[in-house]
Amino acid sequence: MRAPVRIKTLTIDGKEVSAKEGETIWQVARENGIDIPTLCYLEGLSPVGACRLCLVEVKGANRLLPACVTQVEEGMEVTTNSERLVNYRRMILELLFSERNHTCSVCVVNGHCELQRLAQRLGVTHVRFPYRYPDLPVDASHERFAIDHNRCILCTRCVRVCDEIEGAHVWDVMGRGIKSQIIADLNQPWGTSDVCTSCGKCVHVCPTGAIFEKGKAVAEMEKRRQFLPYLTIMRGGKQ
Amino acid sequence: MTVDELQQLVAKEQEAKQRYKSCINVCVATGCIMCDSERVKEAIEEAVKERGLEKEVIVKGVGCLGLCSAGPMIYVEPEGIIYHKVSPEDAPAIVQGLISTPVERLVCPSEMPFFKRQVKIVMENSGTIDPERIEDYIAVGGYQALMKVLTEMSPSEVIEEVTKSGLRGRGGAGYPTGLKWSTVAKANGDRKFVVCNADEGDPGAYMDRTILESDPHRVIEGMVIAAYAVGAQQGYIYVRAEYPLAIKRLRTAIRQAERLNLLGNNIFGTTFSFHIELRIGAGAFVCGEETALIASIEGKRGTPRPRPPYPAEYGLWGYPTLINNVETFANIPSIIRNGGDWFAKIGTEKSKGTKVFALAGRVVNTGLIEVPMGITLREIVFEIGGGIPEGRKFKAVQTGGPSGGCIPEQFLDLPVDYESLTKVGSIMGSGGMIVMDETSCMVDVAKFFVEFCMSESCGKCIPCRVGTYHMHELLSRITSGIATMRDLELLEELCDLVKNTSLCGLGQTAPNPVLSTLRYFRNEYEAHILDKSCPSGVCPIRRLEEVPV
Amino acid sequence: MLTTAIDRPKIAPPSEDKRWRIVEGAMRRHGYQPYALIETLHTVQETFGYIDEDAMRFVAQSLKVPLSQVYGVVTFYHFFTLKPQGEHICVVCLGTACYIKGAPQILEAIERTCGIKTGETTKDGKLSLLAARCLGACGLAPVAVFDKQVVGKLTPKEALEQIRRWENDDGR
Repeated sequence: MRAPVRIKTLTIDGKEVSAKEGETIWQVARENGIDIPTLCYLEGLSPVGACRLCLVEVKGANRLLPACVTQVEEGMEVTTNSERLVNYRRMILELLFSERNHTCSVCVVNGHCELQRLAQRLGVTHVRFPYRYPDLPVDASHERFAIDHNRCILCTRCVRVCDEIEGAHVWDVMGRGIKSQIIADLNQPWGTSDVCTSCGKCVHVCPTGAIFEKGKAVAEMEKRRQFLPYLTIMRGGKQ
Repeated sequence: MTVDELQQLVAKEQEAKQRYKSCINVCVATGCIMCDSERVKEAIEEAVKERGLEKEVIVKGVGCLGLCSAGPMIYVEPEGIIYHKVSPEDAPAIVQGLISTPVERLVCPSEMPFFKRQVKIVMENSGTIDPERIEDYIAVGGYQALMKVLTEMSPSEVIEEVTKSGLRGRGGAGYPTGLKWSTVAKANGDRKFVVCNADEGDPGAYMDRTILESDPHRVIEGMVIAAYAVGAQQGYIYVRAEYPLAIKRLRTAIRQAERLNLLGNNIFGTTFSFHIELRIGAGAFVCGEETALIASIEGKRGTPRPRPPYPAEYGLWGYPTLINNVETFANIPSIIRNGGDWFAKIGTEKSKGTKVFALAGRVVNTGLIEVPMGITLREIVFEIGGGIPEGRKFKAVQTGGPSGGCIPEQFLDLPVDYESLTKVGSIMGSGGMIVMDETSCMVDVAKFFVEFCMSESCGKCIPCRVGTYHMHELLSRITSGIATMRDLELLEELCDLVKNTSLCGLGQTAPNPVLSTLRYFRNEYEAHILDKSCPSGVCPIRRLEEVPV
Repeated sequence: MLTTAIDRPKIAPPSEDKRWRIVEGAMRRHGYQPYALIETLHTVQETFGYIDEDAMRFVAQSLKVPLSQVYGVVTFYHFFTLKPQGEHICVVCLGTACYIKGAPQILEAIERTCGIKTGETTKDGKLSLLAARCLGACGLAPVAVFDKQVVGKLTPKEALEQIRRWENDDGR
């Protein structure tokens, strides 16, 4: 028999909420209608805590904590939306926009992009850092899909969905630091990958227009992720 | 090996040593080898043979004698004479000196504060034992602590002794070692691991390398004791590939310890078994971070993961893992032999024992020193270090490498301990200590460290990956004389972001060199921006007409 | 799930080159476990001087590690190289002590004279110029390694002389 689920009570943004033991702050906030921003976290994939957008303040903690991996504790007092946090989030988005070449007006996911939506929500109107304008390739060698590294934010959702759900592990990250880049197999054209099953999961978990279906015009591409919770359950993972 | 056999070996070694009248110890650690000390050693052996003194004089290769800038160094026992800057041609004179008087022109005054002011625990055998002979280590009391632990103490007694000593992690953060050990000991797991972090990556720091090159068995003994205390069966030493000599000596040491069954199954005939394997790093500074180090031992990209869970509960392959740095383990045998109370008497209230520092930069005596905690920076720089060469003026001392800060003159009387250094915006770090004089530009120094962090950033989290890049860009604008005060404001805001939102220690501390120089040398930043000049004459300020539009 | 060495289908090395036996030996020592990836790559780098695509495929298949993961690891660690190094290798230390005692000037002098940037190899394949993150010889700063020989208290002039000596040696 299963052990009874223990209930924890805590406050998020002043609101008293209860949660199951083992749940993360992000999950509990979401259940209570509080949407903590994130670009790397996706329910159904293992959390990596990399984008730092979901950082929250917890009373008594000496530093900010990533909501996506921090489990709730009894009596926790969480703040998700202080002025300081919003300023940090804005600046992180500024960094992302300056890092690569994001031009919404010509992007297939214009209007359906998580990065764009978050920038609008947080009111990022201009970027104070000089744009890097890196020279990055677009790989359209795959029959049905393409990857445009100019729009990649290195969230590694594609890497994780391919490894954890599809089991193919086509994608990984090469290099390090500012030179990091997503690669297929031995840094070869996607279309020549030995292991890609063309399942398209990476296309749909990608938060931006970096991985997209070919033949879509500007603003035509929408991402569908209904498959993920179902597959996660069927694969025996955590819901 | 049994307890009796160990004692017999000690007696045999000591007896062998007594047969010789004198012992010429030649330093064969990396610093002196670079100054040709191996040839010096050969020449002395030759000279001893020529004079037919083989039965009276023993020539030994030993670990670091400390004063690396004056190598090759030689230490003659029992007279206690230290020679420096020896060349192979000096060999006959040195051997002659054993009979008549010491070679005046080569004598390094052992009375000088560089030697007098040091207190040696971790480096106690450095310079007197041959690091490639386990018998040498055993002869000076080596593995006695392990024997005591395995035959007389329970694991919890060992942890209690370490806790009592007040020892804190020497890797930089200063986490209480006893507490870490008891967490791992209490953690549930069918298997447990002990890992020695020898991925010493701070530029300007080489304490761990020297300890491994000079007295590798001390670290191994410390690890075995730790393994017994926490209940681990397998250990790893993760060492930088840049340290080939340390790797070679560790390999030799592990083999020797296995041969004498001081490592392996049923050590000292008890039920306790422990094995150690080496893992060689591959050139990634971030692997000094413990979760990245674990990923690297598992054969993966060395990217850190969020903590908790801490490695003490969820480490290598998910098992409870104890990770300590080289110097921390090297303190353990002495603590067990002399007791935690003895150790706790050395140092300050909150920082116990000694710390090894690599003293380098613009200072007369550069080299490796071991000093009690609580000594002042002034004593280190001006007494032990001999002050600034060429009559120049002291400007700052940098501690803690890329995670640390620059400490200006007004804090020279600060006692060196974990809390004091943190209070002035630096950190203890692993032990790099770089002295700078008026010829160093503090903006340039900050840029140097930020460049380091930028290219060592793993790229996983955004603030560190992109933030350090822009920090470097902004600093480059300042050092080229094209920045505005708004750039400086943006730099400060960016530093705040990177410090508070990065995933791991590398990013969280990357702004420290900028923040500490801004705190104490803001005028230098402003000189670059407002006056378009570098007060130290280091930065290539471009004239306005050269700046591309 | 562990497969024993016996029922594991043998993966053939990329070529007849006997040096692959050394690489196989390294993998066997670790029971062909995926965690042996970095250790194996060290062996490849030591044995062949660099890690090419054939080597990566062979190691990936033998250890059952995805190709992209192998490539990710090789490019993450600066010790591994995808291309052969030059005949001679000059590594200039850029640790803090070396930096403030003039290592950048040494590097710059070599770059200017040889027409390559740090991390590159000359077109004739004679010289690779590398920078190191502290060799731990700070007492003797600035320091550089010429092939395997470490030289301390170096000046730009001495560094260039050493490189010229290499050029002349090869002229024989």
